[in-house]
Formats: sequence, C-alpha cells, structure tokens
Amino acid sequence: MIVFYQVMQATFVVAIPLMIVALGGLFSERSGVTNIALEGIMIFGAFFGIWAVQVLEVNQGLSVQMLYVIAVVVAGITGTLYSMLHGYASIYMKSNQIISATALNLFAIAFVTFIARTTQGGSQIQYSSRFIINRFPVLHRIPVIGDIFFRQMYISLIFGIIFLITTIVVMYKTRLGLRIRACGENPHAADSLGINIYRLRFLAVSLSGLLAGIGGVTFMTNTSTEYAPTVAGFGFLAIAVLIFGNWKPHFIALAAIFFAFMRVLGSYYSNIPFLRELGIPRDFFRMTPYIATIIVLAIFSKSSRAPKALGQIYDQGRR
Amino acid sequence: MERIRNILKKCLAFILGKSKSILVTIKPSLIAICMGLIAGIIMMLIFNPSETLSGLRNLLIGVIYRNNQLNLRGILTTLHHSTTIILTGIAVVFAFRTGLFNIGASGQMMMGAYVTVHVGVLWSLPAPFHWIVGIFLGVVAGTIYGLIPGILKAMRNVNEVVTSIMLNWIAASLLVYLVNRNVLNPFTQGGSQNIQPTAIIPRLFSNYQLTIGFLIAIAMGILAHFLLYRTTLGFQLRASGFNVDGSKYAGMNTKRNIILSMGISGAFAGLAGALLFSNYGKTLSTEVHVFMEGFEGISVALLGLGEPIGAIIAGIFLSYIKQGGFYMQPAFRPEISDMIIGVIIYFTAISLALQLALKKYSGKIKTFIKRKHLTTREEDEQ
Repeated sequence: MIVFYQVMQATFVVAIPLMIVALGGLFSERSGVTNIALEGIMIFGAFFGIWAVQVLEVNQGLSVQMLYVIAVVVAGITGTLYSMLHGYASIYMKSNQIISATALNLFAIAFVTFIARTTQGGSQIQYSSRFIINRFPVLHRIPVIGDIFFRQMYISLIFGIIFLITTIVVMYKTRLGLRIRACGENPHAADSLGINIYRLRFLAVSLSGLLAGIGGVTFMTNTSTEYAPTVAGFGFLAIAVLIFGNWKPHFIALAAIFFAFMRVLGSYYSNIPFLRELGIPRDFFRMTPYIATIIVLAIFSKSSRAPKALGQIYDQGRR
Repeated sequence: MERIRNILKKCLAFILGKSKSILVTIKPSLIAICMGLIAGIIMMLIFNPSETLSGLRNLLIGVIYRNNQLNLRGILTTLHHSTTIILTGIAVVFAFRTGLFNIGASGQMMMGAYVTVHVGVLWSLPAPFHWIVGIFLGVVAGTIYGLIPGILKAMRNVNEVVTSIMLNWIAASLLVYLVNRNVLNPFTQGGSQNIQPTAIIPRLFSNYQLTIGFLIAIAMGILAHFLLYRTTLGFQLRASGFNVDGSKYAGMNTKRNIILSMGISGAFAGLAGALLFSNYGKTLSTEVHVFMEGFEGISVALLGLGEPIGAIIAGIFLSYIKQGGFYMQPAFRPEISDMIIGVIIYFTAISLALQLALKKYSGKIKTFIKRKHLTTREEDEQ
C-alpha cells in the first residue's frame, strides 16, 4: 500500500508540469500555430526562475511559498518573452513554424549552458529550497485522497489545478477563447468578422510561452534540487499529451496523468513485485506514451479534433 | 591576340554573371550568418569585453591559423566533425524536396548507430568486411526507421513531424534498452563496449581523426543531387514536393513517393549514425537522450538552401564555427558557437521576409534621396 501511495504521489509530481506545458501548447495549437519550441521555452523559463530562487533564497525573510511564486512569475515572464520570438517569426514574418521553433530549441540549450557555465562555473545551478507543504490543513485527514494529495504536497499541485480551471474557462467561456478556437479552425472566416488574426495568434503563442515557462520551473522544482539545462524531453512529451488529449483541456489533464503514471512505473518498477514478474523491461514504460500517441494518431486520424488550420501560415492576401 | 582578349573578356563576364546570380541565391544565408555573428559578438561584449577581439579572431580563423602556424589538425578535425551533420543535413534536404519535414533524423541516426555498434561488438568478420557490413546494416536500420513515418503519412495521412518527434523519443529509450541488454560494457556499466578493431572505419591519415567517412558523405551529397535532379524518380519526388494534387493528377504514385522519400532520407540519417559510431573509441551511452546531430541537420539543410550540394558546404561551415568555438576557450565557453548557430537558423527562417523588408526600406531611402536630389536641382535652376 505504501508503494501505491508513493507511485500515486510521484505520478502527480510528474503530471503537473506536463499538464501545464501541454495546456500552453493547447493555446498555441488551437490558434493554429504549432509550437514544438515548448522544450526550449521550458529550459529558458526554468533557468531564470531557478536563478531567481538561488539569488533570493539567501534572504531568510522570504517564505517558501513566496519564493515559489516569485520563481513562477519570473519563469512565466521570461518564457513569454522567449516565445514571442517564435510568434514574431512564424506569424508576422511568415516563416516555417517548425524551423523557427527548432532554432529556439537549439538556442535555448546553448544560451542557458553558456550563461550557467560563465556565471556559476558549472552547468548546474544549486538551490536548497524545497517547495513542499508537509501537511495541508484539514484535508490531509481524508483517507486515501489525503495520503496521496495532501501529505508532502508540492505547491505546484495548487498551481496546476488553478491553471487547468483557468484554461477551461478561458477556452470555452470567454470571447478570447472563442476567437482563438475560431482562428485555428478557419482564420479567413474569423478575419472577415473583424478579428486581427496576427495579433490573436501572437497573443496565443505568448500565452503558451507563459505556461511553458511556468511548466519548466515546476518541472525543475518537482524533480530535482539543482538546475541542469535539460528537461528530459518533457516539452516533446507535452506535445504527445496534447495530441493524446485530443486538443481539449480536460482530456489533456487525464492524458498527462496517464503519461506520468507510465513514466513513474518505469522508475518504481523494481519495487512492484507484480510488474517485476511480468518481465517487461523498464524502458518500455518510458516508450509507452509515445507509442500510444502514434497509435492514436494512426487509428483515429479521421475523428481527430486537430485544429483545421494548424501549421498553416496565415496570409491575409491569400484565399 | 585580339581574339584571345575577346575570349578572356567573355569568360570574365560569364564568371561575373554567374557569381552574381550565386550571390543572389545565397544572400539569405549570408544575411543570417552576419546576424549570427553579430549576436555572438554582443554576447562576447557582455561577458568578457576585453577578450572580444581575440575571441572573435579565434572563432573566425582559429581553425585555419593558430599560434602563428597553419592549424592542420584544426582543419582536419573540422572536416571530421562535419561528416555527421552533412549526412543528417542531406537526409533533411531529401525529405524537404518532397515536401516532407524529416525532424526524425535523430531517431533514424540512433537506430543506425546502434546496429553498427551491435555488429561491431558482437560479430567477428575479417577487416574490410566487418566495418562495411556494420555500416551497411546501420543504413538498413535507418531506412526502416525512416519508413515508419513515411508509411503513416502515406496511408493514414498522419503528420510526419509529430510521428518523427515521437519516434525520436522511442528510439532514445529503445537504444538504452538494447545497449543494456546486448552490448553493455561490464566494467563501466554506463555505456556500450568498444567495437572490435576490425569494425573501425579506416582513417585517411594515420595521425588525424579524419576517416574515409568524410569522402562517403561528400559522395552521398553528389549522389543525392544526381538522384533528385537527373532521374525520373527524383523528378517525381520534386513534383510531389511542389504540388501533391498536381503530381497525382499527372499519374504519379504520390503515396509510393512519400514512402520512398522518407526511406531514402532515413538511409542517409542511418549512414550518419553508422559512420559516427564506427570511429575509434565511440561508445553509446545508457542515458536516455536524443542525439542533437539530427536537429543540426535541419540547420545544415536550411543554411544549404535545401540543396544536397549546399548541405555539404553548410555542414562544413557549421562544423567550422563549432570548432572555432572550441578554440575560443578559455576566454569564452564553446557554447557560444551553438548560440550563433541557433541565431543563424532563426534568421534563415525569417530571411525571406527580412529581405522583403530590406528591399522596401532601401526603396524608400532611394526615393527619398532622389526626391532630395531633384529638389536641390530645382533650387539650383531657380
């Protein structure tokens, strides 16, 4: 039973950053811009977020919660600024969306490694704060759920839930959400109704950068105690989550939990006697999310809810 | 005498005209390279202003000329490192010409690399056959891995970019699994065993790393060019790249073309991995990661203007910049050259729009000057 709690806790630790980044991807892709730069934006945002933590944690006056909020804000802002480069290139300059995103991915790793090595001596940034709430008041007494969610709770869990609800509300209950969705389905029709496609897409890509940056810093604080210039392919995994979740926020949350569960099974594998006896190599758990995504794409490509104008460059002058 | 002078004049005019047209074609790449270098200089000025000039000199000519003598080792190392990215670049170019984006060159390369290491460690064959068989089977592995996104694209119309990304990460885990299972080094536990001496690809010069792999890469560039521009298959592939519906209407089997193109592209990527890992002392790590060379292939393809021959030149150039970054130590970290490459790709991506903007502004400036000129003349006349 203890193993079960451990696995479930670890699952949510992994699932939250994954979900936040995938929600970021949702904003961008629903507006019609593919964003495979999520990985680079995560690295970039996380770097500055963790750097802020390292600088500020010397100051004893700040509480852990406050420090975390600052890290999230810094990562969000830097992530937004960085993603604007992608938006500018792919929307205003009409470049290929894959190419400019690849450039961002390559640049982020090089830039972050360069700065970390120049200023810190190594490519790691050490920090000592642990962003955990030991026992959430009252709620930790609930059986099972209390054990999974509210003991040794990562602060990111609260943020993740807030972001999920906000995304659902924005996407389906506000004018902005309606416009973003329209923009991804048929930009010319949306344009004819007076929406500025360029500005809207730019906004959507910036929002995706905001969430990806926050997701990056969440990933770092959840999974390690030092910053290294890699997010272990989480940006790409988030794209898989987005596709597996069929471009819908609530399905994305479920897909993130499923993918995270698979990943955690891979590492807790030797503690679970049932799996050990099955004899499935642990690397296959790591592969499962990607294979599942390909299968889903291949089988359900007809009923896929992918935005119709996804990946197409919008040119006002073309019909 | 007069006739010879005439002929010379004609030749000169021809060369000038040709070079002018070449200049126009490579203008976007040149703009992007300038932007990349400017970004590099800015970074250098921020972090170590006093060393900027010497750093820039090391970056630009450190590979050729260093410590007051010709740096032969630098040149040959640059060529050696360019082998891999030339081939991944050609892989990307080949798919690109068929209207496909092969972002999965990394995965195909990893499969090729694994099979080559597998053959090199576990099989025993006499010397020339061992490495030839290893590399050949590596190419086959890359081809098969490249066929998967091609088949999915042709049969189920699944976006090849997404499948390729997923396949990259599948390859990363698969590689670790296979290395752990088959060729793990029992002493270090952290990587594969060294390949047998018979499986090592011969060097061109015994003292330098450069192998005949570089010559193979050049030959592959020429082969790809020939295949694309001189054969019926190449014509068909390019036609599908221009317009899928049009080529289908003209009676071409577009589905077959998509699959073939991805397969050939995967073969080039597989060859890149196979050649890289048939070098002396190269081992596969057991850490899950995707090789960066596949993504660098995208840079090479872009900078090479989507041409196989261009990919050769661009591959050598990027490798040159990387090696130059290496010589910038200890004043600067070598990552600065990776940053420059990132900036170069970004600006290549937007270079078309950039050129249009430049043209617009230059036009404006010209009309402004003209108007000013006219007004001053009118004033003079009065």
